[in-house]
Amino acid sequence: MAALEIKNLHVSIEGKEILKGVNLTINQGEVHAIMGPNGTGKSTLAYTLMGHPSYQVTQGEVWYKGQNILELEPDERSRLGIFLAFQYPVAIPGVTVANFLRTALNARRRAENPEDKGIPILEFRKLIRSKMELLKMDPEFAGRYLNDGFSGGEKKRAEILQMAVLQPEIAILDETDSGLDIDALRIVSEGVNALRGPNLGVLVITHYQRILNYIQPDFVHIMLDGRIVESGGADLALHLEEHGYEWVREKYEVVES
Amino acid sequence: MNETPRIVTRGRRSETIEIPEFTFTREMMNLDLPGETLVEYRRNAWEAFQRLPFPTPREEAWRRTDIRGLHANRFRLPRRDEYLDLPPAPERLLAPLAGSSHGGEILLMAGGSQVRLDNDLASQGVIFTDLETALYHYPDLVSKIIGKAVKPEDGKFAALAGALAQTGVFLYVPRGVKVSAPLHSLLWGPGDHLAYLSHLLVYLEEGTEVTYLHESASPNEPDTQTLHCGNVEVYIGPGAKLTFVELQSWGESVWNFTHERVIVDQQASLDWVFGAVGSHLTKNFSEIDLVGEGAVGKMSGFYFTDHDQHLDHDTQQNHLASHTTSDLLFKGALLHESRSVWQGMIYVAPGAQKTDGYQANRNLVLSRKARADSIPGLEILADDVRCTHGATVGKIDEEQIFYMMARGIPRKIAERTIVGGFFDPIMQRIPFEGVRQRFEEAIEAKMAVFEEDN
Repeated sequence: MAALEIKNLHVSIEGKEILKGVNLTINQGEVHAIMGPNGTGKSTLAYTLMGHPSYQVTQGEVWYKGQNILELEPDERSRLGIFLAFQYPVAIPGVTVANFLRTALNARRRAENPEDKGIPILEFRKLIRSKMELLKMDPEFAGRYLNDGFSGGEKKRAEILQMAVLQPEIAILDETDSGLDIDALRIVSEGVNALRGPNLGVLVITHYQRILNYIQPDFVHIMLDGRIVESGGADLALHLEEHGYEWVREKYEVVES
Repeated sequence: MNETPRIVTRGRRSETIEIPEFTFTREMMNLDLPGETLVEYRRNAWEAFQRLPFPTPREEAWRRTDIRGLHANRFRLPRRDEYLDLPPAPERLLAPLAGSSHGGEILLMAGGSQVRLDNDLASQGVIFTDLETALYHYPDLVSKIIGKAVKPEDGKFAALAGALAQTGVFLYVPRGVKVSAPLHSLLWGPGDHLAYLSHLLVYLEEGTEVTYLHESASPNEPDTQTLHCGNVEVYIGPGAKLTFVELQSWGESVWNFTHERVIVDQQASLDWVFGAVGSHLTKNFSEIDLVGEGAVGKMSGFYFTDHDQHLDHDTQQNHLASHTTSDLLFKGALLHESRSVWQGMIYVAPGAQKTDGYQANRNLVLSRKARADSIPGLEILADDVRCTHGATVGKIDEEQIFYMMARGIPRKIAERTIVGGFFDPIMQRIPFEGVRQRFEEAIEAKMAVFEEDN
């Protein structure tokens, strides 16, 4: 069973330190939630784990499958089994959802065997059809240009579709609930739940507790000013829902900026 | 896509261009033609060629294209049957591009040609033959179009091709005939300092339908120059439909100058697909004249440059009658230190009311040293019209690259996929799988070279 181990992670953007020593271990099969007020570094953590070039790691390590993944390119991290569902998915005009997914699958196959001819078209169609059914998506969706003119809900569903097709072992969901109405949130959450299992570790990053009503976490962490300050079970999220973040701030004496 | 409008500053250059004059002589002109019209046309063209100077950057149309490196005095015309001594056209260029077979094929070579036309088309009166045969056997039909769309006075190169064209195609479709299988011609032009002067003539009578694909190509022959000057003249009669596909994949030594104009009569329609990936330097004028009420002209263009290529396309959509529609989309990508120019104009004549004109040019600049100029233009002399245009020059957005890499796609494949996506709207406008494939192969080949270099 592989684990993602984040050790004393410090990250800066343009010289400003955002993460100030994050420690967290996510095992396959576990669902973790990181909650916290805006601007505490939740999305920075997500982007850093995936390797966005704008984030400079100044200290710390992230171990996965015997490697410090901070030394790997984003595509290598992805092929190792790490997935990020983006808060703001990027439009790729002219590239259909189907074509994009096929490119991503073939990149995986070619990394293992440079001579690979790519996934056979029938096998691919069958795979994508089954995943779209699982997520209750209209088959016509596969022919649209990825994220180009998608509604907020469509973008988030497209992220979960990619997750379903690529079958990661560690999935980071960055504010997947933001901008979704309650119906869209339910559909997206059901999609994630359908993928849950002993082989998938999930890190749900969220500002609000409501997504955790649908995706039940095993562990909840509170992030404040670049650090994880509290960890607990699902009840911690409920506590936050009731009492807000104020008590956390008071407890850890952070002055609001 | 990270697109920003580009503002082009215009400066005046005062130097004169010094290019050694061509060594072609009047005696090279073939005036042994039936019919005084043709002889007269050629005489006029020769006079214009003699009279007109080489274009200079002082002319608006040539401001961004410098032809001073042209070895004009070193070109010669191919001898008869010279193709026998030159590399032959590769088989893959002769395979059907559209559907499973062509209704007719013409292979134009240095000093010779091969022509084939389906018997049933010939028996319906369709003429699809080489220029020389057409001039001798169908002088009256040729006279209906020659010099009508492209005038020798349009420029020195147009005049040269008009006077001395040795190679070319004549396509004539009689009234009401619908040609279902596409017609294909290939101009194959290898050879050190050879001058290919071509003339394509198409005349479609009322109510006809045809798809015509014309390709020009040659092998890469470094350290030399080859010249192509071509005139393309097309008339689409009332209610007729033409799908016209042109693929330009000249070798890297070719200097390519072309004047093309399609005249679209009432209720007729033109679907023009234009792909350019070759040549060292190209200056192309492509114009659509919508002369009859209800005429429709659509143009979908694609160019992809690399290394030191310089491709300059000048397009003009002329609305000369009311209720006419034009729709132009040109997309280009640039690699290395290559350069492209697109200059477009929608012209609406006085009285051409209820006109709907659209033009857009999008560029994707893939290297820091490459440069794309995009200059849209409108000249509207009627008051009840709808004309819109757009021009952008952009580069690949790093956020797109990161997003794709986060899905396991290596950077190079991500770039290639984004470029493919950029061209997809043009591919969608191409009605033939074979043509799309040819374009896609060209994109792949250019991207592969680029990836090796980086």
